Amino acid sequence: MNWLGAVLGVMLALSTQVVLAASQVDVYQFDSEQQQQRYKRLIEEFRCPKCLNTNIAGSDAPIAQDLRRTVHKLVVTDGYEDQQVRDFLQQRYGDFVLYNPPLTGRTLVIWAMPVLLALIGLLVILQLLLRARAKRSVALSAEEQSRLREILGKD
Amino acid sequence: MNRASLFIPLGIFCLIMFVGFIGFGLEDRHQLPSALLGKPFPNFSAPLLGDLDTTVTKRDLVGRPTLVNVWATWCPTCKAEHAQLMDIAASTDVQLVGVNYKDNVPGARRWLSDYGDPYDFVIVDASGDLGVELGVYGAPETFLLDAAGNIVYKRVGDVNPRIWRDELAPRLARMGVFRTPEVEAQESGKEDPHGYPS
Repeated sequence: MNWLGAVLGVMLALSTQVVLAASQVDVYQFDSEQQQQRYKRLIEEFRCPKCLNTNIAGSDAPIAQDLRRTVHKLVVTDGYEDQQVRDFLQQRYGDFVLYNPPLTGRTLVIWAMPVLLALIGLLVILQLLLRARAKRSVALSAEEQSRLREILGKD
Repeated sequence: MNRASLFIPLGIFCLIMFVGFIGFGLEDRHQLPSALLGKPFPNFSAPLLGDLDTTVTKRDLVGRPTLVNVWATWCPTCKAEHAQLMDIAASTDVQLVGVNYKDNVPGARRWLSDYGDPYDFVIVDASGDLGVELGVYGAPETFLLDAAGNIVYKRVGDVNPRIWRDELAPRLARMGVFRTPEVEAQESGKEDPHGYPS
């Protein structure tokens, strides 16, 4: 079952992403607590186009600052809904900025991979169980019994 | 252990290779595919670098094929591509528009007077808001617009001789704006067959 461990190891390595949280210095005004929560949730959601593997909330890159300001403007001044903000950024920066990519032909492999791996794992476990059961039900014939006794030197 | 299961490690190996192939096969992970290709250039209103009291809008970009070059004095690659831009401005009649991106006005003016000014005019985008509209995430970036103002090509990074030869010049030639010295000599005396205002 060594290779089962290897599969798990590979899955773990693929799913691990290091996201560093950096301090923010932006000062923004909000009309309500709820609006601020929405803003915070949204900037956590977008990927910084310049610095791979960081969201725009956690990046100090100038473009991330611009995008935070843009999200703030869209939420507070323009009154955009969450989905409209997502569409706005996606139309300009593409799927790349979405950490939650839409299901398309290009991204199918990303979405199918976990299901595929889970299926493979399930098959493996099923096979192991079946094999264990098959082993348990092995019975010795009378001839084999006597030979076994002979080898063990009993009687 | 039956014989078929001996191939399982090979299968896992192939899976890892497949994921690696996809991952590392992505051209250049710093080159985002532009979401704006084929779409109209966004509407904007911004001051001119030469005269901050004058505002330009998208209307000033449409009507003829246009190269929009996003640049800044803080960007070393912009310095590297500057000679190529000067060459394009000198050898073609394409409209070359600069977007001075997140920069300071005096520094940008000094840059143009020191190194030469290839642009027909330069738009000031001090805040980076026009950059966000354009999906810009660094400088330099260069957009090619057709006469109707649609973005037909985008280059992230410098416009070097290779990009000019392989990407920009053929597209411009199809739009009928490229003039090599030979073509120019050939056509002098004839009427301009393309009818673009000069």
